[in-house]
Amino acid sequence: MSINDRVIAIIAEQAVLDPSDVTPESTLEDLGIDSLGLVESIFAIEEEFDISIPFNANEPSQSDFDISNVAAIVAGIEKLMSERA
Amino acid sequence: MKRVVITGAGTINSLGHSVPETLEAMREGRCGIGELEFRDVERLAIKIGGQVRGFEAEGRFNRQQMSLYDRFTQFTLAAAKEAITQSGLTFNGDLSARSGVVLGTAGGGVSTWDDNYRSVYEDGKNRVHPFVVPKLMNNAAASHLSMEYNLKGPSFTVSTACASSNHAMAQALAMVRSGMAPVMVTGGSESMLCFGGVKAWEGLRVMSKDACRPFSANRNGMVQGEGAGIFVFEEFEHAKARGADILCEVIGSAMSSDAADIVMPSKQGAARAISGALADARLNPEDVAYINAHGTGTAANDKTECAAVADIFGKHADNLMISSTKSMHGHLIGGTGAVELLACIMALRDGVIAPTIGYEEPDPECALDVVPNEAREAKVNVALSNAFAFGGLNAVLALRKV
Repeated sequence: MSINDRVIAIIAEQAVLDPSDVTPESTLEDLGIDSLGLVESIFAIEEEFDISIPFNANEPSQSDFDISNVAAIVAGIEKLMSERA
Repeated sequence: MKRVVITGAGTINSLGHSVPETLEAMREGRCGIGELEFRDVERLAIKIGGQVRGFEAEGRFNRQQMSLYDRFTQFTLAAAKEAITQSGLTFNGDLSARSGVVLGTAGGGVSTWDDNYRSVYEDGKNRVHPFVVPKLMNNAAASHLSMEYNLKGPSFTVSTACASSNHAMAQALAMVRSGMAPVMVTGGSESMLCFGGVKAWEGLRVMSKDACRPFSANRNGMVQGEGAGIFVFEEFEHAKARGADILCEVIGSAMSSDAADIVMPSKQGAARAISGALADARLNPEDVAYINAHGTGTAANDKTECAAVADIFGKHADNLMISSTKSMHGHLIGGTGAVELLACIMALRDGVIAPTIGYEEPDPECALDVVPNEAREAKVNVALSNAFAFGGLNAVLALRKV
């Protein structure tokens, strides 16, 4: 599975949706993921990819990690993975 | 001062997953203590306990709830469902705004601590699930209960080791009595039966390897249990006005501190709590027919408790019945007083005294009627429930038949 598909699978599970209902343009708000759901998703992504995401739950907008939509999350993960490699 | 009655009761413990199952087991003198089953149990010296069996969180709770509910919270919510359903109350408007939750627990989410320490120390993982803190905190159960039933008044958790539930229920009594709250959901929960939880208790060397035999001369220590007991404490006129089925009245309580030793109990501290509860309930010693003992099955507790009872009740000590149901469900630590209150309710409502099972040899230092091995029928109008905690913190409740 591609990084995109793996991320969508995690987010879909968190939102209790079918992966086909999660698009790159979807925002977490669109998908009904609240703040607790968000930190749980971040945790699941870190576990899945063995990376550390610079996400600050106090001020998500100030984090060095863009969560504005699914595509932005995938891009952020790809960047972190390429830096690690 | 308002009168306070109990209009709902719920439990889960090693004797049963409901109040009727638990009372049936107590009537039959059944033992819920057995071989412990969990990871690394083979590394323990103590391998028995009153473990809740056949409790599947899956199916009761959804995935999101499961990620937030430690076992002690799961027990609380299972027992609360039974209690609040029985009460027939739904909380909205002013009732919701003023009613709250006060629960006891000694350890809170012990298995959440245990699992996650294991993960970072033993398995070398460097990341834990984001909900570890909200899952293990001691007030998690009270908070989830408040959310589930829309209880928006004063809610908190008290932690006084083995007396936690009795302190919580004494507090609930005071709050309803004073008019601060029309209804308080109260009781307690504990779930320490995991490797780290039992290992810690092993260190004290007060645990029995074979059975809990309170008051018996050959007793050799306590046995741990787990579970929850939850009650609905309601202002009497409020309950009467809606035609609620009243289980019994809570007529008094007292708390005392030994101010002496962190583990050894004190006869004077226990006696002051018992006499305080009698005074608070405006009772004469002769009014009391049954005491649910703290009765841990340790050498120290049982003789101290019997001496305190003998001191307070004088000649009447030979007439009253005092039993320890810990012999059946084990010591639920912070939840124990709540489950034991059920034995008092059974005595008042059904006229059945739960026995002290495992009783084998009389001990001259515990020469009271401990209702050995078999339940007994008796008419009881007033019952007391004792709890004497490590740290010398004591709380006694007094109940009356309605």
